Amino acid sequence: MTNSRTMRVLQAAAGVLVLAAGWQILSMVFPHYLFPPVPEIVLRTIEILITGSLLADVLLTAMRIFGGLLGAFILGGLLAIAIGQSKTAENFIAPVLTFFQGIPALSWVVFAIIWFHGIEFRVLFIMVMTTLPAFTFQILDAFRSMSKDLFEMTMAFRPSRWTLFRFLIVPTIVPGILTAWKVNLGNAARVVVVAELVGATGGVGYQLLRQQQLFDMAGAMAWTLQLVLFVLIVQQTIAAIENRVLRYRPVSERAM
Amino acid sequence: MRKMIPDPVICFKDVTKIFRRADGRGDFVAVDKLSFEIAKGEIVAVLGKTGCGKSTMFNIVAGLIEPSSGEARVIGHEPFREFEFFRGKIGIVFQNDRLMPWRSALDNVRLGLQILDRDPKQAEDTARGWLARLGLSGHEHDYPHALSGGMRQRVSIARAFAVDPEILLCDEPFSSLDEMTARDLRAEFVRLVRQSNKTAVFITHQISEAMEIGDRVLVFHRPARIAYDTWLHAVTSDTERRKAHEDIMRVLAAEPASGVAAK
Repeated sequence: MTNSRTMRVLQAAAGVLVLAAGWQILSMVFPHYLFPPVPEIVLRTIEILITGSLLADVLLTAMRIFGGLLGAFILGGLLAIAIGQSKTAENFIAPVLTFFQGIPALSWVVFAIIWFHGIEFRVLFIMVMTTLPAFTFQILDAFRSMSKDLFEMTMAFRPSRWTLFRFLIVPTIVPGILTAWKVNLGNAARVVVVAELVGATGGVGYQLLRQQQLFDMAGAMAWTLQLVLFVLIVQQTIAAIENRVLRYRPVSERAM
Repeated sequence: MRKMIPDPVICFKDVTKIFRRADGRGDFVAVDKLSFEIAKGEIVAVLGKTGCGKSTMFNIVAGLIEPSSGEARVIGHEPFREFEFFRGKIGIVFQNDRLMPWRSALDNVRLGLQILDRDPKQAEDTARGWLARLGLSGHEHDYPHALSGGMRQRVSIARAFAVDPEILLCDEPFSSLDEMTARDLRAEFVRLVRQSNKTAVFITHQISEAMEIGDRVLVFHRPARIAYDTWLHAVTSDTERRKAHEDIMRVLAAEPASGVAAK
């Protein structure tokens, strides 16, 4: 198993190296303001990470992503509970959420800029509104996938509602929730950049706008890589949590 | 004539259960005016063809569904309406093990004890004890996927017994196992039930299993009408057992009949 995981990591690294090599070749053919050399991009990336004031922008974006996802997760969870418990609530709420799902992220950005003054609230609003429908439906689906057999077995012991929630509902929906976080994380990272690009004075999106104004491709790549690295780290963290929490799941030897 | 039972633990009087079909094909009568009584300490095997209403009767006794009409009482209370009264009083072994995949064998056995807020240390000791009695020492920390079918069913039996219920309900618990494993588990199950003097209702579709396990055999015809009701304590010789077996087979094969034939 370790060998297979090592092989996967090596293959992934090889893929990235091929991409970097291709970029480096392009930087030898085209002007550096279009395709800066890979070492320059790497140096600029490291510079951001070790410079306090620049790292602060990365952390600001990270906090906005987490804040938005957490807000959408909590609100989405409450809506999922309401929908799950009441057909009337479902009839009212589900179509509204489906409608929201059809609204592009950029439209939410425009609405937020027009409606709200505070930058942080604007960004939070945009993040929540773009990820809320997905979280709600994913949590609801996870809840509805609860096994009727396990429900009846648990009910035979006459548990309280809280006990039922702890012992059956939470373990049932955790896999779905982890998947929802992984899926929405990528979406949130893209949306936050747009929100910051247009309506913020700090963060990765704001810095990308500055690089565009300075025609600094190396800077644009370096700030983009911050976001990519952040998403990769968080996804790996979620994957590690998944491996721990879902360790009871059988794995076929064929899959390794 | 049916034998009258004083203070029955389980008492059905003209119980009917009708399910409404979602596709508009009309109502489905799963149980129709079912009446029977079960005494404390009896092990009753319920036989019948697929779809005759055994599982519906089982779910009514378990309190999982409500009768459409009639009176169903367990320990003098209505199992559906007085659901909470039965905390810790009913243990159920289902046809499939219904183990929580995210819990180890030990934690699955402990589930009922935790729900009933028993002392954690005692709950663990009780759970370990039951796993040991069912031959699963050393497997306490295995997850269900690492256990064989027979082992998983042993865990589910341990889980039902661990809460020390007054009544055990078993819905074809050995039907998904191979004959050797089923035979061993049946013997173990009967020993445990008799030792603890519990009342048990055991659903099966095998006559031999019913006669091996039950003090009494009920045969249902659709829709859960009792077509045959016999106590087996008087059946001792091989000849008598063969005759009882043939009688039950004949009743099972017969057209749906009204009334009760009892010994």
